[in-house]
Amino acid sequence: MLTKRIIACLDVDAGRVVKGVKFANLRDAGDPAEMAQAHSAAGADEIVMLDISAAHQQRATLLDTVRRAARQLFIPFTVGGGIRTLSDAAAVFSAGADKISINSAALADSSLITQIAERFGSQAVVVAIDAKRTDGTARWQAFTHGGRTASGRDAVQWALEAESRGAGEILLTSMDRDGTAIGFDCELTRTIATAVRIPVIASGGAGGAQHFVDVFQQGQADAALAASIFHYGYSRVSELKQELGLHGIPVRWPC
Amino acid sequence: MTIAIVDYGAGNLVSVKKAFDWLGQESVITSDPAQVATAQKIVLPGVGHFASTAALTQSGLRDAISHAIQNGVPFLGICVGMQWMFERSQESPETPGLGLFRGQCEHFSAEVKAPHVGWNQLEVASTSRLFRDLPAWFFVYFTHSYRASIGEETTARSDYGGAFSAAVERDNVFGLQFHPEKSGELGLKLLGNFCAL
Repeated sequence: MLTKRIIACLDVDAGRVVKGVKFANLRDAGDPAEMAQAHSAAGADEIVMLDISAAHQQRATLLDTVRRAARQLFIPFTVGGGIRTLSDAAAVFSAGADKISINSAALADSSLITQIAERFGSQAVVVAIDAKRTDGTARWQAFTHGGRTASGRDAVQWALEAESRGAGEILLTSMDRDGTAIGFDCELTRTIATAVRIPVIASGGAGGAQHFVDVFQQGQADAALAASIFHYGYSRVSELKQELGLHGIPVRWPC
Repeated sequence: MTIAIVDYGAGNLVSVKKAFDWLGQESVITSDPAQVATAQKIVLPGVGHFASTAALTQSGLRDAISHAIQNGVPFLGICVGMQWMFERSQESPETPGLGLFRGQCEHFSAEVKAPHVGWNQLEVASTSRLFRDLPAWFFVYFTHSYRASIGEETTARSDYGGAFSAAVERDNVFGLQFHPEKSGELGLKLLGNFCAL
């Protein structure tokens, strides 16, 4: 049976892992290569590294950091942040990434999704959507540039377009829940996971095992991503997986 | 002892190279048929579309691979590389496969989401040389939309909307639908077994 993936996310700024609350107030959490290794050893199914400063500062992803982290990592490794062109993506792949994640640049020009998918395969293209709920509704708007800029695009419509352009997966972050540890936005996740045919990775709001159970069962997520709960030792991936197993969620355990 | 990682212009071969580096095995990413012809072992990775394997025929790589296999050189096809070992694929019916194994690769049934992405369980046949000293079942990482059905040469099966061939093997030719280079320690052990053949 296909298992539900638990993905550890490293938000990187200037070569260090940081994790903010609602995209601000960043705290230092460690060395990216060491942390990627530690998460893999603890049972993470995948590693995502996002250069969170890249898009708004208009600078390239730190390829050295990617190369160092990739060298001894033998589980899928996704890198995002600051990828604006096919050649930006190619550089990240040659540094050792298996997939790239694009957000702002794809919203600016969705043909970028197709270009990268045609060269590297759809399985290598993750479209990240930072979605913010329009108050009091079941509608969400996609944001760009690390959550700073409203795109004016409906998140569900954008997910469908990304799929048709060749995206292999959607990394869906609830901006309302990000860093809050009060649980994933299951309504948002379910809305998009049932609209598209490609896997949806839920992100934003993980605080405990029950939140993962909820987003897999109610949210119908294919994978769930978290950062801070793993970094500061609140929850090891292995403990989380044992807990999910007890709730009947299929997970890769033992790894 | 050099392993040729065949580059036919599709996808990213760095991960496979990195795994051989980690295992301490000399390998080279190459699109040169002469280099493929003289390699001790050949790996054909593959991500993306089956149609991209047409480049193998145009470049002369197909002939080089075919001769090497006839001479007993161990050959490993990964993902689309495994699919190419069959006669053809529904994904691009006009593109011929190598035909080492009978049949065609088909799309997953409409009951399940495609692509099939993530860690799924393998059930391994005890007769496989490639799976020597590996557990009878374990998890590996898949990412694909087409799959081969179970046949005589199936050495590991997995299940996603029905059972399918996750690994095939006959004499010196081996195919893996999943990515051993992305399947953690056990995936590396599998590649190590290939190196030791």
